[in-house]
Amino acid sequence: MRNRLAHLLLMAAPPVAFFLLLIAVWQLATGLGHVPSFLLPSPLRVGQAAWQNCQDLLQASGLTAAAALAGLAASLVVGMLVAIAFSQSAIVRRSFYPYAIFLQTVPSVALAPLVIIWFGPGFASVVVVAFIIALFPIITNATTGLLDLDQNLVELFAMSSASRRQLLFKLQLPNSIPYLIAGAKISCGLSVIGAIVGEFTAGYGENSYGLGYLIIATSGRLQLDYLLAATLAAMLLGVLMFATVSLIGDWILRGWHAPGSVGDPNESG
Amino acid sequence: MAAETLTTSTPAPLVEIAAVDVTYRQGLRAVEGITLNLQAGEFVAIVGPSGCGKSTLLRSIAGLIRPSRGRLTIAGLEPVRARREATRMSFVFQDPTLLPWRDVYHNIALPLELAGESRGAREPRVREAIGLVGLADFAGRYPAELSGGMRMRVSLARALVTDPALLLLDEPFAALDDITRQTLNEELLALWETRHWTGVFVTHNIAEAIFLSQRVLVLSRRPGRIVADVRVPFPFPRTASLRCEPDFARLTGDIGLRLREASR
Repeated sequence: MRNRLAHLLLMAAPPVAFFLLLIAVWQLATGLGHVPSFLLPSPLRVGQAAWQNCQDLLQASGLTAAAALAGLAASLVVGMLVAIAFSQSAIVRRSFYPYAIFLQTVPSVALAPLVIIWFGPGFASVVVVAFIIALFPIITNATTGLLDLDQNLVELFAMSSASRRQLLFKLQLPNSIPYLIAGAKISCGLSVIGAIVGEFTAGYGENSYGLGYLIIATSGRLQLDYLLAATLAAMLLGVLMFATVSLIGDWILRGWHAPGSVGDPNESG
Repeated sequence: MAAETLTTSTPAPLVEIAAVDVTYRQGLRAVEGITLNLQAGEFVAIVGPSGCGKSTLLRSIAGLIRPSRGRLTIAGLEPVRARREATRMSFVFQDPTLLPWRDVYHNIALPLELAGESRGAREPRVREAIGLVGLADFAGRYPAELSGGMRMRVSLARALVTDPALLLLDEPFAALDDITRQTLNEELLALWETRHWTGVFVTHNIAEAIFLSQRVLVLSRRPGRIVADVRVPFPFPRTASLRCEPDFARLTGDIGLRLREASR
C-alpha cells in the first residue's frame, strides 16, 4: 500500500514539477514586463479574473457541461445502434462505413452555422454539434468491438447452435464494452470541443451563456485574463469528464483483467 | 432371422468416418483418406506431429469444418444436424476460452442458457458440474482471478454441464505444467469412468494419450493419414501408479517410435 503511494507520488512528480516551472516562467516573463499584459496577462491576473467572475464561470461551465454530456450521451446511444447495424450486415457496413469516416473529416466550425439554421439557436443546436463531433469514435470503436471476436468463442457458441440474437447479446455486446469505453474516453473531450464550437455561434438566449460565448465575448473586449480563465475552465471540464468516464470504465471492467491473468505456472490445484 | 439379430447385436458406431479428406480453400490438404469408427462410450486419443491435421479432424467431427470428400456421420446424421437434433456434443479448446465478463458459475451455465433452459433448471446442473471439477468455492470468481489449471477446469465443467454423449478435446492441457496436466488427466478419466461419454482427445503427448484412452490413433505428417491404430490394454480404473509400470513405458516408447516414423 505504502509502496503504491510512493510509486504514485513518483509518477506525479515530473508533470507537477513541469507545471509549476511553466507557471513560474510565465509569471516571471509577464511580471517583469518582458511580455505586455495585453498580449499575455500573468497567471496571477488570470487567477484574479477567474475569482472575480467565478459565479459567471461556474454557470457557463455548467451549461457547457450539460450540452457536452447530452451530446456524448446521444453519441453513445446512436453510435452503438449504428455499430450494431454495421455488425449485423456486411452490406450495410460496406455501404455506410465510408460515410462514417467522412463524419470525422467534417470541420466542426463550418458545421455549426448550418446546424443553427436547421435547429434554431439555443441548447438543442449546441447539443447537436457536440453529438456530431463525438459520434465518430463511438461508431468505429463499437463496430470493432462487436466484430473483433475470439474465434474460439465464436466456435463455442456454434457448438451450442446459438442463434444470431444470442450471439449478439451474449457475446458481441459484452465483448464491445471495453472498446466502447475507449471510444467514450476520446469522445468526451470531443464533446466539450463540440459544445464550445456550438456556443460560438448559437447562444442560449438572454443572460444565459456557456464557455464558448464567454470566450468569444471576452476576446472581442480584449479581456485576455478572463478569456484565459474561461479557456482553462473548458480544459478542466474536459479533464473532469475524461476522469469520470475512466473511473466508470474501470468500475465496469473490474474483474475482467486482473494482473497476471496470463496463466499461472505454479498451479496449486 | 437369427443370423440377422446376431449381426446387429454389435451396436452401430456413434461416429462413422469413411474416406474423409479435408482440403482448405487455399488448396492445403489437412487430412486425407481418414476411415474410422468410434463406438459409443469409447475413449480414443489422436496423436501426431504438429500441423498434421489432428485438430482439423476433431473439428470436422464437431461440424465446425466440413469435409471436402468422404462421409462423416454421428449417429447416422451429418454433424451439424446431429448436434442440433440428436447427440449432445461438447468441445474443449486448447485455450480455456472463457467469457472474461462472466464469473465461474455463469461461464459454466452458458451452454444451458444457449439451449434455452430456465434459470431454475440450470442451477442444480451448474452446481453439479462445478462440484465435479472441484471449484465449488470459486463459483463467484472471474477467469482473470484464476490460475491456468483452474481456468481449464472451468472449461471442462462447461463442457460437461450439458451431460454430453460426445466429448471432443483439442489439446486441452497442452499449456499446463506437467503436474497439473497429470492431475487433470486423472480427474478426467475418473469422470469418464462414471459418465461414459464417447471421447476423442487430441494431444501431442504420448503418455497422456495412453493414460487416458482405450485406443491411440497415430497420424502421419500433413496431409494426415492414420498410420497406426493401437489398442491400449490397461484395465480401468487406472490410477497415477500406471505411469510407473514397465508396460506403460514400453507402449509409450513403441508409439513414440511410430510417431517418429510418421513424422518423417
